[in-house]
Amino acid sequence: MSFLTLTSIQKSFGPVQVVKDFNMSIEKGEFISFLGPSGCGKTTILRMIAGFETPSGGAIAIDGKSQANLRPNQRNIGMVFQAYALFPNMNVAENVAFGLKVAGRPKAEIDARVKEMLGLIKLDHLADRYPYQMSGGQQQRVALARALAPKPQVLLLDEPLSALDAKIRVSLREEIRMIQQQLGITTVFVTHDQEEALSISDRIVVMNAGKADQIGTPADIYNRPATRFVAGFVGTLNLVEAKVVDAATNRVTIGDQGVTLRESLGNAKAGDTISLALRPEAGSIAADAKGDTALSGEVVSSNFLGSVIRTRMKVGGSVISFDMFNSPGLVPPAVGETVTLRFTASDLLVIHD
Amino acid sequence: MKKLWAWGALLFGLLYFILPLLGMTNFSLKMRRGVYSLDAYAVVLGDPRFQETFTYSVMMALATIAFGVLLVVPTAYWVRLKLPGLRPYVEFITLLPLVIPAIVIVFGYIRLYNTSSWLPLTGSITGTNILLMFGYSMLALPYMYRAVDTGLRSIDIATLTEAAQSLGAGWMTILARIILPNVLVAVLSGAFLTFAIVIGEFTMAALLNRPAFGPYMQLLGANRAYEPAALAVMSFALTWGCLGLIQLVSRFQKGAQSPV
Repeated sequence: MSFLTLTSIQKSFGPVQVVKDFNMSIEKGEFISFLGPSGCGKTTILRMIAGFETPSGGAIAIDGKSQANLRPNQRNIGMVFQAYALFPNMNVAENVAFGLKVAGRPKAEIDARVKEMLGLIKLDHLADRYPYQMSGGQQQRVALARALAPKPQVLLLDEPLSALDAKIRVSLREEIRMIQQQLGITTVFVTHDQEEALSISDRIVVMNAGKADQIGTPADIYNRPATRFVAGFVGTLNLVEAKVVDAATNRVTIGDQGVTLRESLGNAKAGDTISLALRPEAGSIAADAKGDTALSGEVVSSNFLGSVIRTRMKVGGSVISFDMFNSPGLVPPAVGETVTLRFTASDLLVIHD
Repeated sequence: MKKLWAWGALLFGLLYFILPLLGMTNFSLKMRRGVYSLDAYAVVLGDPRFQETFTYSVMMALATIAFGVLLVVPTAYWVRLKLPGLRPYVEFITLLPLVIPAIVIVFGYIRLYNTSSWLPLTGSITGTNILLMFGYSMLALPYMYRAVDTGLRSIDIATLTEAAQSLGAGWMTILARIILPNVLVAVLSGAFLTFAIVIGEFTMAALLNRPAFGPYMQLLGANRAYEPAALAVMSFALTWGCLGLIQLVSRFQKGAQSPV
């Protein structure tokens, strides 16, 4: 049986429905990320799990127990906020001890747990510091320790890394994942940053306009986007218009160049226009490039992005981007030059709306 | 030329306010003929009625502050957290004591709570003291509410509340251990203002016939020459002391919240 279940969850604010019939089952110890743009309903779902919002319809259960009539302080949930939300009048140790004191645990147990938690986040030497005396990254680690101290059943992370600078974000997300795996705690993480979601999740829920467009592992989401929205939102993707030549053999044309797809075209008929997706890193223009499919086109731009050089070429009515790993001797193709991009036919995905 | 006018205006203002104070202080020191002395102050401080009325007013001020904190902090917190749309109306209500004269309010009290009413508070000393404390709380409401509301504005009460709730805290715990300590400096500002108001208040205490410091000052002023001036100087010192303490705690708050 699933540990955290969300059944037909709906939420409306006045006439606006922000979550539409959302269903999900989360296993014990799983790390789930809700990924989506602002206003897609991901934070609202998190807040409904925490009890800060009441669903307009549907049910939430943790370990088989309905959360319907439980106030936020009666649910055994730990939450970390984007704005840290450390209590300014308390030092680090007092912040971490707060939940345990509220629960009326014995002092010896509280002291031991606070020490354990501060050790876990490697901030035992800052136990006496106040929040205003710490950096954002340190504050967020304390917030994590505070949320974990009372041993919650579920940990909710509401964009905890958004307010931090890029380097701290990467190190902290790795730390969060490590701690989560160490404790085996069921975790729901809300983010609009695809890289964060892809790097630390067991499964990702890509949210769009109040519903889940796709639920899957990071590899699934990245390699096999289910909808045009997922394809566009997660990673950089070329969306190419193609015309069906023969649906039975999966033969299509991109501009005037023929391609045979591995994936079935479904109900498409000859003459229909379909959308195909190709990741920029899937192909190569190198002379020794491998691949059973090729597309030729004229280079329209070449941009240096540090570790890669992203080149755009025109194929029929579409523009396709592809990446080349940067190396000191690499000469990017010149604008106007005709190049041939080689890739495997299975890298071309048929996008269903 | 502009600067000259500004300095001139400032000088005029200072003279306008400071000259009478200097005159009054000078007069209060001239009780003994021909020499400066603190005789007037000694007489005032040695007067048992001074001690009685001052103690009474201090006790009333402390009770008013305690009641004001219990009334205003949860109200301002709840309005900010759950009823932000009602804020302008609540602010308007808290400002009413500034436009309704104290004498109108106290006559209303006497009419509503006299011995033949359904709640005869004026029928006993304790009841009258409670009524007077309510009156003082109302007079201090604009200052206390604004101070606390400003304090609440400086912290993210919504997120702190949710953080505390997610850790199992109920409303009382949140108010007592999270909200109140974080607006303590603002509460102290409101408390000092309340103290200053209560110590000098005359109308309500006189009409409710309670032995407060305000009526004592008036009585002394009507019958003596030098002592009222000494009392006025002491009252000024007390009020300014309160204002100084407000400045001090405000500075303390700024220092405490500055980032590393």
